[in-house]
Amino acid sequence: MTAREALGVIARQLKEELAICTTGYTCRDMQHLRDRPENFYMIGSMGVAASIGLGVALMKKESTVVVFDGDGSVLMGLGILPMIGSLKPRNLIHLVLDNEVFASTGNQPTYSGTVDLGAVASACGYSVVRRAGSPEQVDSGWREIRSLSGPAFFLVKCRPDSGSPMERVRLEPQAIQNRFREAIS
Amino acid sequence: MKGANSVPGTEGTRTGVTCPPGTRYRSRSLDFLQALRGEGFNFFTGVADSLVASLIEELGEEYIPAVREDLAVGLASGAFLAGRRPCVLMQNSGLGYCLNTLTSLNLIYKIPLLMIVGYRGYQGKDAPEHQVMGRHCRALLEQVGIPVLEPAPEQLIGSAAQANLQMERTEGPAAILIRPGLL
Repeated sequence: MTAREALGVIARQLKEELAICTTGYTCRDMQHLRDRPENFYMIGSMGVAASIGLGVALMKKESTVVVFDGDGSVLMGLGILPMIGSLKPRNLIHLVLDNEVFASTGNQPTYSGTVDLGAVASACGYSVVRRAGSPEQVDSGWREIRSLSGPAFFLVKCRPDSGSPMERVRLEPQAIQNRFREAIS
Repeated sequence: MKGANSVPGTEGTRTGVTCPPGTRYRSRSLDFLQALRGEGFNFFTGVADSLVASLIEELGEEYIPAVREDLAVGLASGAFLAGRRPCVLMQNSGLGYCLNTLTSLNLIYKIPLLMIVGYRGYQGKDAPEHQVMGRHCRALLEQVGIPVLEPAPEQLIGSAAQANLQMERTEGPAAILIRPGLL
């Protein structure tokens, strides 16, 4: 299962959820698979997608917020995990597409091949931690997580996609922001 | 609730004021906080610094502590997307940690936030680790297009409105540098 295949399983099932997508291919893949106003494409500021998600989740308690993170980006901003685990937003799902590399820059290795990010999330106080390694497991794990109170950490082990990457995010940054704010207001 | 904790004639900074036991004086931090609230700021996060510590104390439970300044800026930006008007407190040493978030998120997405920044290394009178950032923090912020205010004590209250005007003009972040002893 590639990262894009895993993302596709969830993208198809999104309803009202607010989606924060991390830097690089995750944004581009999400735009390709399921562009919608409730998606916030964070094209820069690598490492802070979960921080943005936490801010939205704390201030929009009636919405479910899903952060589509990567192993490289979650490792870069790892300090947010104890904050999420302590503040415990029930409406936050932190999904990590873990391909064990920085895919967008040419598949250089991260450390998630040797460190279990799910165990880190568990130690940091996430209420729910689930893992998946196949499209079927992504599907069943997603359904289960959607029925539980968070904060939830969903570790999706996958491999990097090969071939041409998807198109860059088309909208200008300010348009992404305006569209997202209007969608959730 | 303006003046709820004040004793007439004793307004001003806590610095140098001896409080009789059992008396709470209104600090300049409380006045500043009320000015910030008056300008509509209603979300507060950051990383602790001694120069803004009294403001964090006034905020109490409303303040969400962050572990690093880039994460604080991200958190505040999320709050903005959800309709809040955020402030981020930090020491100027944290500017390095959040510079990329400011340049590749806030400045290009037009996500405003007010940074309230402890001005360590001010006029060179500080520990060695604060000297370089103390000399350059103001120019660093201005270089990337973030308006900076550096209020004297009598300008502190007005700086909240002034920063707000700057943020309306640029639709981006602005910074208020807090000199030692200001709050």
